[in-house]
Amino acid sequence: MTVHSFQEHFDSLIDNDIAIEPKDWMPDDYRKTLIRQISQHAHSEIIGMLPEGNWITRAPSLRRKAVLLAKVQDEAGHGLYLYSAAETLGVSRDELYDQLHTGKAKYSSIFNYPTLTWADMGAIGWLVDGAAIMNQVPLCRTSYGPYARAMVRVCKEESFHQRQGFEIMLTLAKGTEVQKKMAQDAFNRWWWPSLMMFGPPDAESPHTEQSVRWRIKRLTNDELRQKFIDVTVEQAKVLGLDVPDKDLKWNEERGHYDFGAINWEEFKNVVKGNGPCNKQRLDTRRKAWEEGQWVRDAAQAHARKRKEKMAKAA
Amino acid sequence: MQSNTNTASPSAAAAEAQLKYTLQLADDALIIGHRLSEWCGHGPILEQDIALTNTALDHLGRARSLYQYAAELFNKLPSEAKNNFFTSIPMQQLIASGNNIGEDNLASLRDGWDYRNALLLEQPNTDWAYTIARSFFYDAFNYLSFKCLSDSPDAVIAAIAAKSLKEATYHLRWSKEWVIRLGDGTEESHMRMQKAVDDLWMYTGELLAPEKTARQNGVDGSALRQPWLDIITEVFSEANIAMPAGTWMQEGGRDGRHTEHLGYILAELQFMQRAYPGMQW
Repeated sequence: MTVHSFQEHFDSLIDNDIAIEPKDWMPDDYRKTLIRQISQHAHSEIIGMLPEGNWITRAPSLRRKAVLLAKVQDEAGHGLYLYSAAETLGVSRDELYDQLHTGKAKYSSIFNYPTLTWADMGAIGWLVDGAAIMNQVPLCRTSYGPYARAMVRVCKEESFHQRQGFEIMLTLAKGTEVQKKMAQDAFNRWWWPSLMMFGPPDAESPHTEQSVRWRIKRLTNDELRQKFIDVTVEQAKVLGLDVPDKDLKWNEERGHYDFGAINWEEFKNVVKGNGPCNKQRLDTRRKAWEEGQWVRDAAQAHARKRKEKMAKAA
Repeated sequence: MQSNTNTASPSAAAAEAQLKYTLQLADDALIIGHRLSEWCGHGPILEQDIALTNTALDHLGRARSLYQYAAELFNKLPSEAKNNFFTSIPMQQLIASGNNIGEDNLASLRDGWDYRNALLLEQPNTDWAYTIARSFFYDAFNYLSFKCLSDSPDAVIAAIAAKSLKEATYHLRWSKEWVIRLGDGTEESHMRMQKAVDDLWMYTGELLAPEKTARQNGVDGSALRQPWLDIITEVFSEANIAMPAGTWMQEGGRDGRHTEHLGYILAELQFMQRAYPGMQW
């Protein structure tokens, strides 16, 4: 087959909704885009362990502690399958870590915000995981097989996390005055960053068009954002919390909520590294990696010794 | 079996002793679970981060079952015994109000001197070698003592121990493998493993200190000493780790006399329940 016919074959798989598998030929740009997207997602899971991990030792009850610990562990698991999916595209986990640690790779900016109270565990589950699910559910049918299969598992667990988060918020919202205040405060802080999770407006999103064509993305940033707002505003009503947007209004004609202007300056700054916790998150990961070097070296050295011993014995 | 009418009766004293022992088992589980959970998100290898969190969850799960049982035992005590049992102000207030206590009250409202965990378990993570050494000493102890506790005349303790034995068997295999891997890995890992073992050794004596209530539940510390040492020496020999020379053993945890570390653990662990008393979460 010529490159041209390889391309035709690839295009026909894409057009017929057939999964691309690791051994299939694929255009370089497709491979690069996927590595970027999957690894960003994997990094987001790993960095995302930190803001919630911040409350494990202080969870208000033993039950909440166990649930939170299990949740953060799930995120580690998601990171693991996503790194594995990325590895099928010919990049190693160590290379990807290196890109994260050197600041070359991006991760979801939302994790650069601090978790200040217990209510943040509720808000993250409800809003951040809720937004993540909106972004991710379409990816269960994405064109690249290993990614799609990883996403099926990720989404199942994420929807569980989202319900747990909502349940934390509901408990607070039904609780004492100070608990309600805690819930509202967390909602105020996480609402706008959650809307930013869908990425820049379509008109300014450099990757959207090609990615939709490749079924790496299936809905645009603005479509997903609107869907999230419509669903979440109704949930906020159940909680009795005020959406921190004075311009929020139901638009009968559009059948959607209109909402206020998003502060894209803030978004750009957080992406650039100026968020409240960018430095802290990356430093924490780098420290864990550097301090773990001797452990990884020891594990390798021991495995080598064991192999040699077995070879001698054989 | 049990009489709740007279605090001075032998059976009431036995109920209190059984409660204390249950709390001791629960505190061990909670405190090691707390320490291991501090690794979550900071592990040296992603797979090990997950494994360690699993273990933390096992310990935490056991702590919960034991605290729930301890609360049940406590709530059945005669009121005079209840009033004198715990010394912290919020706990005394709760008891004076006539309410039953629950698992979270036991974890969050007791002061350090009412915590009965072994000193070993509150020692800081320090590095991966310390974490492994601490777990290894404890896992070997758990593995042996849960075997005995599975036959405890107390059916609840026996059931919890039987479930925990399966977990402890796995935990011991994991920590054992890591002692060997680090001991027989690189020069640096060997040095770190040896140092961790040497530094923590003085806290191991307390685990097997003979104690009457433990014996009544089937755990005879002095009888377990040799089997415990056998596990340790076998693994150390495979790991090229020298047996620590020190013979002096620290104790006090079982009587509520702790190292400085416990206070900081409790400051975090109890913060929410103490700062926002009496709320549902």
